[in-house]
Amino acid sequence: MPATLLPGGPIRATRDRVTALLGRHPVGLALVAPYAAFIALVFAYPFGLSVWMSFHEYFFTAPGAQVDRPFVGLRNYSAVLSDPGVRQAFGNIVVFLLINVPLTVVLALLLATALNRAVRARMFLRVAYYVPYVTASVSVVGVWLFLFSSGGLVNKALGPLAPDPSWLVNEHLAMPVIAVFVAWKQLGFFILLYLAALQNVPRELYESAAMDGASRWDSFRSVTVPAVRPATTLVVILATITGANLFTEPYLLTGGGGPNGASTSPVLLMYQRGVEQGHPDVAAAIGVLLVIGVVLVSLLNRWLLERD
Amino acid sequence: MRRTAVPAALLIVAVGLAAGCGSGGGAARKTDSARGPIKVWLSNNKEEVTWGKAMVAAWNNQHADQQVTAEEIPAGKTSEEVIGAAISAGNAPCLIFNTAPAAVPQFQKQGGLVALDSFPGGADYIKQRTGQTADQYRSPDGKYYQLPWKSNPVMIFYNKEIFTKAGLDPENPPLATYDQFLAAARRIKSSGAATAAIYPAPTSEFFQSWFDFYPLFAAETGGKQLVSGGKAQFDTAEGQRVAQFWKTVYDEGLAPKEKYNGDSFGEGKSAMAIVGPWAIAAYGDKIKWGAVPVPTSTGKPAGEIKTFSDAKNVAMYSACGNRATAWDVLKFATSKEQDGALLQATGQMPLRAGLVATYPDYFAKNPAYKGFADQAARTVEVPNVPNSIEVWQTFRDAYTGSVIFGKNPAPDALKQSAEKIDKLVGQP
Repeated sequence: MPATLLPGGPIRATRDRVTALLGRHPVGLALVAPYAAFIALVFAYPFGLSVWMSFHEYFFTAPGAQVDRPFVGLRNYSAVLSDPGVRQAFGNIVVFLLINVPLTVVLALLLATALNRAVRARMFLRVAYYVPYVTASVSVVGVWLFLFSSGGLVNKALGPLAPDPSWLVNEHLAMPVIAVFVAWKQLGFFILLYLAALQNVPRELYESAAMDGASRWDSFRSVTVPAVRPATTLVVILATITGANLFTEPYLLTGGGGPNGASTSPVLLMYQRGVEQGHPDVAAAIGVLLVIGVVLVSLLNRWLLERD
Repeated sequence: MRRTAVPAALLIVAVGLAAGCGSGGGAARKTDSARGPIKVWLSNNKEEVTWGKAMVAAWNNQHADQQVTAEEIPAGKTSEEVIGAAISAGNAPCLIFNTAPAAVPQFQKQGGLVALDSFPGGADYIKQRTGQTADQYRSPDGKYYQLPWKSNPVMIFYNKEIFTKAGLDPENPPLATYDQFLAAARRIKSSGAATAAIYPAPTSEFFQSWFDFYPLFAAETGGKQLVSGGKAQFDTAEGQRVAQFWKTVYDEGLAPKEKYNGDSFGEGKSAMAIVGPWAIAAYGDKIKWGAVPVPTSTGKPAGEIKTFSDAKNVAMYSACGNRATAWDVLKFATSKEQDGALLQATGQMPLRAGLVATYPDYFAKNPAYKGFADQAARTVEVPNVPNSIEVWQTFRDAYTGSVIFGKNPAPDALKQSAEKIDKLVGQP
């Protein structure tokens, strides 16, 4: 039967097509448009350009400069993957994440739980943990240099037990020190996430656990930890993403990724290759590999943390 | 799913369009004969800003129709990073009085620089002003994309009080040969006169080798650059000797392997430093200092020793519209009168042939600077080669790994980095 014979057929068909294209509330598109434009300009365009650059011979030029930018296939990726410096940087960031992420999760959850129960000086403690997060890395790095340099406070306290070479010039200790530094600096933010999650844990669960004779530790393990699991997933993923973007600390704390490349991060290498040395195509390839790595690790984290 | 289809599609199209628009288009060719107002950038060094503003005021007084605006280079991690970004954005000024020679190959590759030979008498002006040293600043295509402006030839600065405390002669310190230098350094350390005999930055930044390995390499080889004729020059007996000297310094703890957060020489932590003439004004009367040329294995006479120039030059940038004015300003700013004013204001050495003879009054009044002026006649610049920064980073990585941290033997590290560098300078 032809559609035109149905009452209201053509109008309804047109409306269906519009609904199919724009959704039931087209005004929603207008409302999300500014954010979509922001995402497109600030995230999607640079990312798209990076992917494009990574498959071409590309360098920054003055406007109007006539240069060829030939497609080079996987050449940049091959150069990156065969570079021992790049492999070392990715290895370094794995070490960093293996220390930083668990440390962040454990400390943030324990401190948030303690802060949630603290009656006295609760606000002071919350602010105290949050201050490092909002303080510029450059100034906080200065404090850690004072603490962890050869003649610093930590070595003075350790006396003959101080490591030799010292923390920041010891290839086995430089990255762990950075991982601890970043965990300490960002702790305030993750504590806030956990505090918000803890507000939503029903008190009845704790009361039931107490009725069953659970100790504080049992209650923490059997009630708190499962109840804040969505927050833990978020903390792990955010800590992984921010950790994989490590730049300032190896740049400032260990003098450009030292000693001997032991604390070089992929993003620091991207800066060196892309900005200092004028090879943004190679830097883009490192960036794309880093994005792929972070996405895979985040998916793995999510799968591990959210499965029943 | 369907609800997200349209925004997602729009996003993809936007990305595709934007990415596809990445390449540059045709450019209007700037005329070299245009005149009018121009902008210049100065280093953010206080003394240079003072000189620069006075120079610009003097020019503006005489050229009402071609006014110059001077600004300090905008803040960034490095000046080179800011300049590179300005070239890409097309908003670089006409002249930058702080162009690092090591960055020139990259700026040139970006299409950001104007060849100064394109102006009538351009190359001759540079050669006449700077003399034979000007050859080091020529690009591989034979053109000058930078005007050699001023150098800070590096020497060994030493603290006379620390030397006295260590029982060393503060007026004629035994620092000419490697053996003498090491013996003096051991004495400083063992006497406890200072924490470190010398304290070069042991960090990984590409430019740090300019202040440890390179001056001694220039001296040991009689003036060879790191790369010459498309080949690395340091995997040689001379290069090995210099590397071994520094390795001994680090192995014996005469120089720390950790960066000092402050001014180790100024704070009396280190007895010696490798510095340019800027140090005279910086340390002034605060420290009783002396200066000697960098050591060589055999103790060459001071008059034969070459060193790293640590020069900063002036370049004209392709975004400049009024290039004829810019060229005239460049000549005005590097005239005998303005070079004298720069010397007076900053103590840095204009890259001008016959410097001491040109400004006899200044050096008579400021004898402390004369040693640096003599040294300025014997300087070695970084090589003007493709991938210059990557070359230096490759060398630095090999040097820190082997010489400073002893991870692998220095001869092997130098050999491997020389092979990598040979490839790098062969690439466009």
